[in-house]
Amino acid sequence: MNDPILEMRGIGKAFPGVRALDDVNLVVREGEIHALVGENGAGKSTLMKVLSGVYPHPDYEGRIVFRGRECRFGGIADSEREGIIIIHQELALVPLLSIAENIFLGHEQRRAGALPGVIDWHATHARTEALLRKVGLAQSPATRVTDLGVGQQQLVEIAKALAKEVRLLILDEPTASLNETDSDALLALLLDLKAHGITCILISHKLGEIARVADSITVLRDGRTVETLDGRAGPVSEDRIIRGMVGREMADRYPRRTPKIGEAVFEVRDWRVSHPVHAGREVVHGVNLTLHRGEIVGIAGLMGAGRTELAMSLFGRSYGQRFSGRVLKHGREIDVSTVERAVAQGIAYVTEDRKGLGLVLEQSIAFNTTLANLPGVSRHGVIDAGREHAVATEYRRRLATRCSGVDQVVVNLSGGNQQKVVLGKWLFAGPEWLILDEPTRGIDVGAKFEIYQLVAQLADEGRCILVISSEMPELLGLCDRIHVMNEGAFVAEFAAAEASQEKIMRAIVRQAA
Amino acid sequence: MNPTTTTTAPAATARPAAAARRPGAALLKSTLREYGMLLSLVAIMLFFQAMTGGTLLQPLNLTNLVLQNSYIVIMALGMLLVIVAGHIDLSVGSVCGFVGALAAVLMVGHGWHFVPATLVCLAVGGAIGAAQGVFVAHFRIPSFIVTLAGMLVFKGLALALLNGQSVGPFPETFQKLSSGFIPDVFGGTDLRLTSLLMGVLVVLTMVVMAWRVRGNQQLHGMETEPMVLFASRNAVFAMILVALSWLLATYKGLPNVLIIMFVLMVAYDFVTSRTTIGRRIYALGGNEKAARLSGIRTERLAFYTFVNMGVLAALAGLVFAARLNTATPKAGLGFELDVIAACFIGGASASGGVGKVMGAVIGAFVMGVMNNGMSILGIGIDYQQVIKGLVLLAAVFVDVYQKNK
Repeated sequence: MNDPILEMRGIGKAFPGVRALDDVNLVVREGEIHALVGENGAGKSTLMKVLSGVYPHPDYEGRIVFRGRECRFGGIADSEREGIIIIHQELALVPLLSIAENIFLGHEQRRAGALPGVIDWHATHARTEALLRKVGLAQSPATRVTDLGVGQQQLVEIAKALAKEVRLLILDEPTASLNETDSDALLALLLDLKAHGITCILISHKLGEIARVADSITVLRDGRTVETLDGRAGPVSEDRIIRGMVGREMADRYPRRTPKIGEAVFEVRDWRVSHPVHAGREVVHGVNLTLHRGEIVGIAGLMGAGRTELAMSLFGRSYGQRFSGRVLKHGREIDVSTVERAVAQGIAYVTEDRKGLGLVLEQSIAFNTTLANLPGVSRHGVIDAGREHAVATEYRRRLATRCSGVDQVVVNLSGGNQQKVVLGKWLFAGPEWLILDEPTRGIDVGAKFEIYQLVAQLADEGRCILVISSEMPELLGLCDRIHVMNEGAFVAEFAAAEASQEKIMRAIVRQAA
Repeated sequence: MNPTTTTTAPAATARPAAAARRPGAALLKSTLREYGMLLSLVAIMLFFQAMTGGTLLQPLNLTNLVLQNSYIVIMALGMLLVIVAGHIDLSVGSVCGFVGALAAVLMVGHGWHFVPATLVCLAVGGAIGAAQGVFVAHFRIPSFIVTLAGMLVFKGLALALLNGQSVGPFPETFQKLSSGFIPDVFGGTDLRLTSLLMGVLVVLTMVVMAWRVRGNQQLHGMETEPMVLFASRNAVFAMILVALSWLLATYKGLPNVLIIMFVLMVAYDFVTSRTTIGRRIYALGGNEKAARLSGIRTERLAFYTFVNMGVLAALAGLVFAARLNTATPKAGLGFELDVIAACFIGGASASGGVGKVMGAVIGAFVMGVMNNGMSILGIGIDYQQVIKGLVLLAAVFVDVYQKNK
């Protein structure tokens, strides 16, 4: 049990101009859950790519010893043969194929004695059913992956790994896009796999869950190993992990502020929205919402509670159909029926999906910064390149975006810096009401704090802020008032002082029961 | 212990030296990348100039080169916008032929004056683009399918309009669109002074504009290329352009269609690189959802790129008909392939969001020079196609390979 299954010694990896890994050491004992933490850009993913053979043998320095033998992987196929399987944050499933087809993709079950390449569907389904039972997914093997939720897709990925006789399972931020219930189920599954002797490396930014399940925690910072903490004696405190990650104590994870709440600016009255495809299904049921000047309002709820749908439908009817209800600004009804009009009324929506909906990835920081307010840098429809550059540079400075310059293409930025570009874009649009949908998803602790500070500052400037988040501590730390949403309706409202995780959870559960 | 110290020591000493060398090397690399396609065009021209024993750049052949490629260049301007917006238009060749047929019916058949006939033809081109644009932008049918249908429809309609026969000749005034040259007010015989002066004037304007842009960039603290590079780059461009206009001036002067082409080129380059509408087209092609959530009316924008394409295809159809001086049912056959190839050779991305107007123009001339050069060399139409196909593949391969590196 305590023998190391994996030893990575003195791992170094350089890219042109950057040294991503420098003398990194990682020792994983057989049958443990080993967490790998660090800020974005600390080198976690690079290390895992070295381990799985994405960066093949002679391209890195150091030694990899797996199950007592030195390994020199030339590609992913080599590492998978040894039983090292990595599940990436962006899941690698084929949406239109069934669960069974996905699980056995690339190593299909063959019929004995049949022509080569003929699939044995009977064995495929039988084995899939057994695997799904193991991971606790109550779905038919014939279900198409696209009909599953993200959490269930994650389980399919794990089942796929189990089908390949996995010895070392690597999960890269498996719970980043899961709600609390699904996350808990996933963590329980990891503990169950551990009981069956499967070793696991878990990369995550959610320190709470790491403290709960990890036997050891290795902290990376700036491409080096900082320390390995032992979690077997008792849970390691989150503050202890953070100290290792950022190299200093973070006394406050949320900025202190004294809210100066003014008059009501925006009001939403009896807002109703139907599903974009199934017109009969109402996804937002009669929501009433008031936003005051200088106030940060939060919306808590589970994934699928209708929070993003509410926000996007308010923002120029970007989601759904059959809208009804009114939006008032200073007591007068306003037209928010297109994004253009919503923006003109001072509404901005910072999406939860920054790559899919927020950024034009192949374009520069400057291009993205001005996209929602091109008239702000142009005259008679002609863009003033100099002014655009100046504006982008100003927001880069204000948000402390780390980049080589505003001409840099955003696809190469880290998640936190991409989020800052999206924020900069909407700040330049000059919003009075800023809707932030999961503003810190997949972002490291340091960048998170910077974004919280910015949000607090924007509220103090007198803007209305609406924050949607699945991380309850974030809502509790940041907001002045929290609505709880469930199944398309607001089911409870708390002032910040009286709210707690338990109360919010209870409000959700009571409704669901 | 020892291995680590020995590996880190050389790296530490090597780094500052590499950093000191880098700015120049990086600049050279980015300049090469930016002008890579242009340099390839120059190389191809020099190659054929040598192979044909100087025939390629003879004034007569140079004039022909412009006339032969004008309609491809005109359509490539519109196609670039369509491709950047994330679509494709396969119907342009057929539309080109259909509009040529329409022009013949109006002018030759019904005796219309060329001005109203031209205007009607351009409007019909716009309407065709609008009809296809509605299906693509509003009903969300893939542009490949809509314009494939359009390709068949307008090829058929052109045939029907002409009853399967060639119709001509066109009125002389209309022929001037393609076969005319700008009048020479100085009345020179060996050298068309007006044409030469116009070329020089254009070059001067371009240099002044470039100088002003550079000044504006420096004013806002943007990084600019070193003075030496800026000056030499502009000097080389100026010299080449003046030399080309001098060559043309020794023959019949600047062709009318070259003026049209040049004005359109400058206008489209300006629209794509400097205006909000151009910027929005890049955003639409780069990430349609993000563009829509930024308040851009993506459907309308996609629709307009097709309307624009239709008008330019119509103009190209008129230019082509005027050049042949007859409308034939086979006019425009396969043009769409040359036009699309020009855009991709010029660096446009098949997935949208990337591409430059000047790139598409250069791409069109790469194809044009090869057509012309290989014809002079007497290479058969069979192997011409093989070579052109391989050049298209090679150009895109180099482009993609460079980006992935």
